[in-house]
Amino acid sequence: MKESSRSDIFKRIKRYRALLLMLVPGLAYLFINNYLPMFGVVIAFKDLDFANRGLLSLVFNSDWVGLKNFEYLFKTNDAWVITRNTLFYNAAFIVINTVVAIGLAILLNEVRNKLAGRFYQSLVLLPYLISMVIVGYLVLSLLNVENGFMNKTILPMFGIDSISWYNESKYWPYILTIVNLWKNIGYLCIIYLASIIGIDHEYYEAATIDGASKWQQIRNITVPLIMPTIIVLTLLAIGRIFYSDFGLFYQVPLNSGPLQPTTDVIDTYVYRGLMTLADYGMSSAAGLYQALVGFILVLFSNYMVARKDRDRALF
Amino acid sequence: MRTNDMNQKVVHGILLLMSAASLFPFVLLFMASFTSEQAIVTKGYSLWPSEFSMEAYVYLWNQVGAVSRAYGITVLVTVVGTAAGLLISALLAYPLSRRELPFRSVLAFIVFFTLLFNGGLVPTYLIYTELFHMKNTLMALMIPGLLTNGFFILLIRSFFMTSIPVPIIESAYIDGASEFKIFYSIVMPLSLPILATIGLMLSIGYWNDWFNGLVYLTEPKLYSIQNLLNRMLSNIQFLQQNNLGGNASQASASIPMNSVRMAMAVIGIIPMLCVYPFFQKYFVKGLTIGAVKG
Repeated sequence: MKESSRSDIFKRIKRYRALLLMLVPGLAYLFINNYLPMFGVVIAFKDLDFANRGLLSLVFNSDWVGLKNFEYLFKTNDAWVITRNTLFYNAAFIVINTVVAIGLAILLNEVRNKLAGRFYQSLVLLPYLISMVIVGYLVLSLLNVENGFMNKTILPMFGIDSISWYNESKYWPYILTIVNLWKNIGYLCIIYLASIIGIDHEYYEAATIDGASKWQQIRNITVPLIMPTIIVLTLLAIGRIFYSDFGLFYQVPLNSGPLQPTTDVIDTYVYRGLMTLADYGMSSAAGLYQALVGFILVLFSNYMVARKDRDRALF
Repeated sequence: MRTNDMNQKVVHGILLLMSAASLFPFVLLFMASFTSEQAIVTKGYSLWPSEFSMEAYVYLWNQVGAVSRAYGITVLVTVVGTAAGLLISALLAYPLSRRELPFRSVLAFIVFFTLLFNGGLVPTYLIYTELFHMKNTLMALMIPGLLTNGFFILLIRSFFMTSIPVPIIESAYIDGASEFKIFYSIVMPLSLPILATIGLMLSIGYWNDWFNGLVYLTEPKLYSIQNLLNRMLSNIQFLQQNNLGGNASQASASIPMNSVRMAMAVIGIIPMLCVYPFFQKYFVKGLTIGAVKG
């Protein structure tokens, strides 16, 4: 189809006006929820003065401060700590979750009793279904200083003294990694299981005839054939490596101050800056820093995905 | 017949262990909620209480007004939010699935770009509070999560493009059906599988959401069950202090604090657990289609 003339376009708009009308609510919503805040990033360069009433006046009449908010952010140790935490946690999550999920998916695929397989799958997926607030409660029942299962049952069995979990930051990298694995493993496992089920059975039959052991089959058939899925999911996770699961880092450590050195990530820092400290400048500067680096990473990871598998790429 | 299967005992052994690990915290929570306060103080939360007690549930029963109010808000927000989100998503996805749509690629890019870049929490917060004055309104629980950033729209659109034959749409148009008529009497009924799946994902999102309440609500009367749970995690006397329709005369000294906290979480989990077996199949489907495209 070719639209050479202007009247042609008008004709098409008229012909498809009903379709264009259908778009209005959704586009209006995206404008409010997504595009207005994108313009709102200018407040990272402003010193908001709430003497100005109304949003427009607040944004336009507050003073420009250039890069001062960013200067404050990067002068303190904070920027380094939250960046380090965000990157290290996400990197650990990607590696550990992927390995365990693939192992679990391979095992689930081996279960011959379909009912049992479905039963395991239901249970492993259960934690993915509940909110992080509930997870906060579950972890508290384990780690509560006075009554927790760890301090009252597990540690005494080994003759170890009670640990004040919510005050000792050094344990939290392990705790959060385990909680994250526990919550998300079912989801990832299902994705990989779907990919493994799609493998043609003939490969395994041929390998069995040739006398390949189960381990050899996994190493030389299963893993190579699901490799595209592994690569795509990993690249997509790398694209999101600057964003963290706010709930995990906010609810599970119960927002405890002493734990911040090892539990504070960019998302919790932005939240605290906004809601607790009301430091809009610093908070929005940290938010913009995250959005910009995140944007570059998404573009990069998508470029890599597209090179690997055109259909899996977002664009 | 595969002769080279893994030892089924080993497979089942490991999977049973993983399943037990998934389930363990839930069992502990459940048992803790039925433990007497005295037993918790001496022995801690345990898998088999040394002394069973219903005192936590008796306490919560006295606060039943507050708990059911919060549940009412959760149900309302979930139903309205899911219905509105699904309708708006489908209305946005359908025209984008039609190849003849004028400005199609620009419009699709507008939707798509929201997946790549966002303004962040601070500008979003200021827009909803200062421009739309949504602080302490129920709208704040529904609006910010309405379309979940355009991702579901892309999923619905690709379903429309692959599963609805263009000739059906064309012949309906020739027969004189309007575009709206085609949308609701042909496209929507043919798309029930994807709409059910996306609807389920949206409603789980609303049901579990506590973030919007955390950011936009300071008024306890508007709290959803998740927001109530969130506040009670740090302050167990929250129900009493705010007199949310419960029996305020209960002396705070008599609160079985350690078990009430766990009982509250049990009450928060139960509905989800009850319906989980029925929607599990669709949930799994929703997760896998989501992963193929992102």
